[in-house]
Amino acid sequence: MKPIIEIQNLSKTFGAGAEQVAALQEVNLSIRQGEIFGIIGLSGAGKSTLVRCMNLLEAPSQGKVFFGGTDLTSLPPKKLREKRREIAMIFQSFHLLEQRNALENVCFPMELAGISKTEARSRAMALLKTVGLPDKAGAYPAQLSGGQKQRVAIARALASEPKVLLCDEATSALDPTTTDSILKLLQAINRERQITVILITHQMSVIEQICHRVAILDQGRVMECGAVQEIFANPKTAAARRLVFPDGAGMDFYSQTPMARIAFNGSAVEIPVISELALELGLKVSILGADTRNVDGKAFGTMIVGLPDAPADREKVLAYLNRQPGLHAEEVR
Amino acid sequence: MEFLHNPKILEQLQILQSELPFGLWETLYALLLETALAYLIGLPLGVLLVTGEKGGVRPLPGWVMKLLNLTVNLLRSVPFLILMIVVLPLSKILVGTRVGTVATVVPMVIAAFPLVARMVESSLREVDHGVIEAAEAMGASALQIVWKVILPEAKPSLISGAAISMTTILGYGAMAGIIGGGGLGKIAINYGYYNFKNLVMWAAVLALILLVQIFQTIGTKLATACDKRLRHK
Repeated sequence: MKPIIEIQNLSKTFGAGAEQVAALQEVNLSIRQGEIFGIIGLSGAGKSTLVRCMNLLEAPSQGKVFFGGTDLTSLPPKKLREKRREIAMIFQSFHLLEQRNALENVCFPMELAGISKTEARSRAMALLKTVGLPDKAGAYPAQLSGGQKQRVAIARALASEPKVLLCDEATSALDPTTTDSILKLLQAINRERQITVILITHQMSVIEQICHRVAILDQGRVMECGAVQEIFANPKTAAARRLVFPDGAGMDFYSQTPMARIAFNGSAVEIPVISELALELGLKVSILGADTRNVDGKAFGTMIVGLPDAPADREKVLAYLNRQPGLHAEEVR
Repeated sequence: MEFLHNPKILEQLQILQSELPFGLWETLYALLLETALAYLIGLPLGVLLVTGEKGGVRPLPGWVMKLLNLTVNLLRSVPFLILMIVVLPLSKILVGTRVGTVATVVPMVIAAFPLVARMVESSLREVDHGVIEAAEAMGASALQIVWKVILPEAKPSLISGAAISMTTILGYGAMAGIIGGGGLGKIAINYGYYNFKNLVMWAAVLALILLVQIFQTIGTKLATACDKRLRHK
């Protein structure tokens, strides 16, 4: 697949002189058309700056940003504004126009583009239906819940028929249930409209749930980049290990024992997986760390378990775990 | 009702009867004209003060911003009475006379537009920067951001500010009575204060108090009514 966004040698520094801070350093990324690409990092890692460089809300200090083959950094302001219509964005705190109702908010980007009012309204109604809020057209943001506001923001983002949707911590202000539903919506949009989704988050679960590929950002640098399962199963850098293992640093202590990482991707919480495993296989595993959440009776998150020493037993445990619905287990090193 | 037959009181009541309605009309007429002109200059100036700064939606050169801020602060710091007297020659040039209500419109507007600019500026600063950023991300131009985002989002605050500006201009207008501006201020000062007709003075003051109450109440009500953030489920 060809890249829709390509970032070359991008650096961004804020301030000058002694107070200069390097937010991004020599970032290279290639995001493929049609994928859901996650960028994860702890706060202060430079995620928001990176996503803002993708539509040039933040001008890079150095480097180039290509969108569909065009170097955005070389465009004059007017051309850049036109290109921005193809790169929609949603935010952690939604940023809806508070004095406009949901329908008028969705109409807004079409107004900017000079689309006639009647056409804009009918398209906006259809979009509100897509995001599951056809009955909230007349509601003002103050009358909507966080999840509903983000749905309106998504409808507004889709109104300009973008090729890319940038999500800046779009679920960070939402509760787990709402997060889950918003992620499903983003997934559906990606699938049905072939819109490339780029997702910034500090939540592992978000990456795990919907992303195809992920980049790990730490102190302004891309530490690792690749398929989600690969990176999660075999984190190479310290930054990646900190993110992948729940309650991270203690992991070094266990590094002599063979371990498996279990991803809970919506398995039923009532099933006591680990104890059933012990009963059925007669093998013991120890829980080394866990960070799981219960969302509507389904488990999400990760667990690190210590595996038996014998390689054959290890295989059995992994095979057992991978047979369970909504579970994915992999040995980690 | 014995005191009504007191000739002194009777004289004052007659003055009120003949002067008050016209004074009221003059005050309102001047107020609306001055407010309109002050906003004509102050609103765009207030917008520039916000959009033109570093990091604003359309940054202007630093020296332009310094000049704008200096001008506004300078005009804001000169006492109104002094400003009025200094500016009167300009009235002669602009409106052809240095006496009367029309002549006082010029110093009034010069005194009021910097206030209006600051009121507008502070209202516009209340608009969430994230909303502006979102519009920028959608490819909105600076003009579109001002017209479709900043001004509509600040509307309730702008209306509140307009009520405050209007009542302040009303207060300035009363002072303009000293240099021959017509209206309630003139009645209070010329007939009342200078001629020891206390009843006339207090009646004019009472009318001014009522006007301030009315404008402030209408302003607050309008601002609240149009603020969609106050709508609840």
